[in-house]
Amino acid sequence: MTSAEPALPQIDAEERARRKAARFERIGKWTLPVIALALGLLLWDRIVVWNQIPHYILPRPGLVLETLIEDWAILFEALLVTLQITLMALAVAVLGGVGLAVLFTQSRLIEMSFYPYAVILQVTPIVAIAPLIFIYVDNRLAGLLLCAWLVAFFPVLSNTTLGLNSADHNLRDLFRIYGATRWQKLRYLQLPSALPYFLGGLRIAGGLSLIGAVVAEYVAGTGGLKSGLAFRILEAGYRLNIPRMFAALILIAVTGVVIFAGLSFLSHMLLRKWHESALKREG
Amino acid sequence: MTVAIAPTGQRPEVLRMQAVGKTFGGTVEALRDMSLTVGQGDFISLLGPSGCGKSTALRLIADLIRPTAGAIRWAGGQNPGDLGVVFQEPTLMPWATVAQNVWLPFRLRGKSFPAVRDEVRAALRLVGLEAFHDSYPRELSGGMKMRVSIARAMVTRPRLILMDEPFAALDEITRFKLNNDLLTLKQRIGCTVIFVTHSVFESVFLSDRIVVMAARPGRVIRELAVDAPYPRDDAFRTSSEYAAHCRAATAALHTAMGEAA
Ligand SMILES: Nc1ncnc2c1ncn2[C@@H]1O[C@H](COP(=O)(O)OP(=O)(O)O)[C@@H](O)[C@H]1O
Ligand SMILES: [Mg+2]
Repeated sequence: MTSAEPALPQIDAEERARRKAARFERIGKWTLPVIALALGLLLWDRIVVWNQIPHYILPRPGLVLETLIEDWAILFEALLVTLQITLMALAVAVLGGVGLAVLFTQSRLIEMSFYPYAVILQVTPIVAIAPLIFIYVDNRLAGLLLCAWLVAFFPVLSNTTLGLNSADHNLRDLFRIYGATRWQKLRYLQLPSALPYFLGGLRIAGGLSLIGAVVAEYVAGTGGLKSGLAFRILEAGYRLNIPRMFAALILIAVTGVVIFAGLSFLSHMLLRKWHESALKREG
Repeated sequence: MTVAIAPTGQRPEVLRMQAVGKTFGGTVEALRDMSLTVGQGDFISLLGPSGCGKSTALRLIADLIRPTAGAIRWAGGQNPGDLGVVFQEPTLMPWATVAQNVWLPFRLRGKSFPAVRDEVRAALRLVGLEAFHDSYPRELSGGMKMRVSIARAMVTRPRLILMDEPFAALDEITRFKLNNDLLTLKQRIGCTVIFVTHSVFESVFLSDRIVVMAARPGRVIRELAVDAPYPRDDAFRTSSEYAAHCRAATAALHTAMGEAA
């Protein structure tokens, strides 16, 4: 039998190792991606220089940055257009997704009738539907919105439906015992229960509405309206203005990240008081 | 204020179960021929092995399921707020504060928080959690959550409180403490309780009537009276009277298990 005493230093060593791992984790989370990015940019730059690749095929990173600054006026205007459509689509996705989810949980009849079509809309690639949409929808903004909405509403719908149905069964019994109305049950029990699920769907929908907006714009072309980032990319492609393509691409990616971060922050703020996902764990 | 308690059998009737039976899906007979008259101020324990229909009996009384035989009648008819329920889990809304959780029974009857603030406070004071008014459930220990659950069940001063193994998931020390506090509470507000447990000791300590049940099919085997006077305290737990009642209940329970096996 081993006595307890020699085990102590071992636990200490373990504890030290755990702390070290935690510190590495904390610092590495930020520094490692930055280092990887710097190395990647350096490599990119060197490849272009060593192979003497012309800038209309692959520009050096520095040139992309220059273009981003030089063309900022055009690109920023385009960004605002894309962002506008993305955010409007997200808003409509939230309204439509939550609205449908509530309808579905209130009426089994409606759910059975329409749920399959929600799935069909979701699984059909947007690039295949978009051209048709622009034939029948005259208003270009409405067409863009519809496309982006089609891509984005499903995660909100399915997550919210799941959330509305996941209320604790004892609480549901309690509401029944106290004679709660349908509306009270929805308002005080199901909607709060669904909030964490909804927020999970919202984060996915945020990224998807950006994708939807960009894809729709590719399909729609300009047609008189102000152009968004996707159109600027197409246009720059025709003119072999590769640096501007990269600059616009970077803006789209950054926009996606910002939307995701913003929605994650919103989620954290709404849940931090009570939900497990927002709990700070020790150590 | 202490409510004077009349001897069992002479108290005004609250609710009566008459030959109640419940069969699920036409095959599972969860409860057979259960008759029980609940008097005002009674503390009744349903004691029996798991699967003997204790929870089914409570769900029938709460009107969450309908009996397939017999009837359940409230003396003078049932009004909303007549019933309070405590489940095995605290069953609190995690997104709401302690006070908002206790407010729920009133809220569902359309009463605003300011209108019942005093009742909510009083209920929290009775379970010793007034200071945790604005805390969220996750900040509380298991025993404290259960206290909130009890406060919620009694905030409307219901005519009957149902408790389904409320302390089964707690550690023994917390359970003893909550048992004591529950009796103090009962003395203070004179509530009527049907308490489900599979602990002989708990049932003897708390109740003045023990209904011993057996499984397959779930049914009442025997009813025992624990005529020790309230208030009961830790001294009662070590008394020979208590031991005698525990022996009797254990024997009845063995009979129940024997018949079921
Ligand atoms: N909704 C239900 N459907 C089918 N069988 C059930 C249902 N609820 C309970 N039962 C059965 O009824 C019996 C009694 O259950 P229950 O009242 O929960 O027992 P206890 O609470 O005493 O452990 C068990 O055999 C259980 O499987
Ligand atoms: Mg049970």
